[in-house]
Amino acid sequence: MKIMVAVKHVVDYNIVPRVKQDGSDVEISGVKMGINPFDEIAVEEALRLKEKGIATEIVAVSIGAENSKDTLRHALAMGVDRAVLVQVEGKLQPLGVAKLLKAVAGREQPDLILLGKQAIDDDAGQAGQMLAALLGVGQGLFASEIKVNGNEIEVNREVDGGTETVALQLPAIVTADLRLNEPRFIKLPNMMMAKKKPIDVIAGTELGVDFASHLSLLNVAEPAPRKPGVMVNSVAELVEKLRIEKVLA
Amino acid sequence: MSVLILAEHDGQHIKQSTRQAVTAAAAWQQPLHLLVVGADVSAVAAQAAAIAGVAKVIRVEAPHLAHLLAEDVAAALQQLAGDYKVIVAAHSTLGKGVLPRVAALLDVGMVSDVVEIQAPATYVRPIYAGNVLATVQSSDAVQVVSVRATSFEAATDGASAEVTSAAAPAAFGKVRWVSEQRNLSDRPELATANVVISGGRSLGEQFNALLEPVAHKLNAAIGATRACVDAGFAPNDLQVGQTGTVVAPELYIAVGISGAMQHLAGIKDSKVIVAINHDPDAPIFKHADYGLVADLFKALPELNAALS
Ligand SMILES: Cc1cc2nc3c(=O)[nH]c(=O)nc-3n(C[C@H](O)[C@H](O)[C@H](O)COP(=O)(O)OP(=O)(O)OC[C@H]3O[C@@H](n4cnc5c(N)ncnc54)[C@H](O)[C@@H]3O)c2cc1C
Ligand SMILES: Nc1ncnc2c1ncn2[C@@H]1O[C@H](COP(=O)(O)O)[C@@H](O)[C@H]1O
Repeated sequence: MKIMVAVKHVVDYNIVPRVKQDGSDVEISGVKMGINPFDEIAVEEALRLKEKGIATEIVAVSIGAENSKDTLRHALAMGVDRAVLVQVEGKLQPLGVAKLLKAVAGREQPDLILLGKQAIDDDAGQAGQMLAALLGVGQGLFASEIKVNGNEIEVNREVDGGTETVALQLPAIVTADLRLNEPRFIKLPNMMMAKKKPIDVIAGTELGVDFASHLSLLNVAEPAPRKPGVMVNSVAELVEKLRIEKVLA
Repeated sequence: MSVLILAEHDGQHIKQSTRQAVTAAAAWQQPLHLLVVGADVSAVAAQAAAIAGVAKVIRVEAPHLAHLLAEDVAAALQQLAGDYKVIVAAHSTLGKGVLPRVAALLDVGMVSDVVEIQAPATYVRPIYAGNVLATVQSSDAVQVVSVRATSFEAATDGASAEVTSAAAPAAFGKVRWVSEQRNLSDRPELATANVVISGGRSLGEQFNALLEPVAHKLNAAIGATRACVDAGFAPNDLQVGQTGTVVAPELYIAVGISGAMQHLAGIKDSKVIVAINHDPDAPIFKHADYGLVADLFKALPELNAALS
């Protein structure tokens, strides 16, 4: 079984991004970046399927500018077999991402495509579902456990109010949730080795799809700050304050 | 041109998030049509038809729709989409699964988790875990929009819309529903509760024993951090935050929670935030209206007693 994993290069999850002075966009120049955490989990799951002898080859694909190679190297260092960069400048919407991923899937013919459940920069949570629609296959979203049984993949998924299990015919799309696994640490020698591995680069324009964004960013702003809070000294004082606020009966 | 709203229900009752989506969709100032999909939705369709502002309810029923697989619901929406320029749903498990799929089938983009509709194709939505609010404008011919339910008031009853039926498309067939595990609780629903009390991983095995009595007295829903869920102290559907449930209660009580930005992303719209933590430097205090530096193992029983 061949697996394709989509990995996005994003601002590190620990960083609180700042808005540019003119409010035109988020300031990301010089900010620490890395693999989208959900995509790292997707890579880890692919590696585990390979270690179990279920997967035979894993290809990581990233769409973006030259610097997305850092995230592909991270995936290589974790152990994926090959890395593909679809080089695109400027902003993409998840639909454009899905169309480009579909084109790459056409070349690679994977049996399973793993994505993260959402990119933590745009917080869209769309690309996996869109790719599934474009390919006409099933979508196992927010996976917390997967099992491959022959031509089917069983996905335990996190849903409002509990969990649900669905079985999808392969090929299929699965998006990773946080509890699917805990990604391995990368050992330094693996990181060094990954630096030497080749990354296939395809120009986005070469793939023959229209990936133009139909969304324009008018402005960005930081949410209004909360008014400063007060510290209370006891539970009794807390309850009294909350009664004055009328949020406690 | 009307607006098509995907209704959410549990087979018996229309969910609160549908009423909130109705309020959001009123921004287009067009007739609102509610699509109700399921195996037998007569009771739900009747409730949907009573929601103020709804002009029409469309029932799509078939035995294979009993479990609302996103692939099938998306097909039902796609088949009706030709008559609409706007398709709306709440940004819940159902909406997250269905709307991106519908958008791709219609070859248009989608706008997720909208908290404000400024103009017919101009939206405000949080990005970067809610640290930034982006105002975006879409030029797509069909607007496919999921809305953050808690950002909109719930529409009340007050209409008697006509109820029509449309045929269900054939089952998608490549996905089989296997089972579900519902975390049954007699607490109010987390996403819509007026009071939420959440615990972090430091509550440990006593998570329920400590929170349940207080939650009972406050008629509160119980929430948890991801760290707490990961450690197995609370079920996954209690996770509050960027990647869990977003809440907006009148009162949010965070107990033994450090205040990571991914958690804060889910609680920012709460009216009053209370933090109880034994570390005076815990980041949560910067985001709380009332802070109490205390050991939670003492403070929670005290709070429980104070509420009696
Ligand atoms: C991609 C991604 C998405 C995420 N999404 C979410 C999300 O949606 N929701 C979420 O919650 N997290 C999310 N996280 C995790 C988040 O970053 C934090 O790790 C998590 O919120 C921390 O949980 P915690 O506060 O329970 O634990 P900790 O950070 O370990 O904090 C424990 C707190 O308990 C206090 N404490 C300990 N003992 C006591 C005591 N006896 N009395 C009083 N206080 C005590 C400590 O002082 C400390 O402040 C996400 C992380 C990533 C990478
Ligand atoms: N530019 C990209 N390159 C590769 N994968 C991506 C890209 N954008 C999104 N994805 C994948 O799609 C998932 C969902 O992204 P989104 O719909 O943007 O929230 C991510 O977790 C990635 O797996």
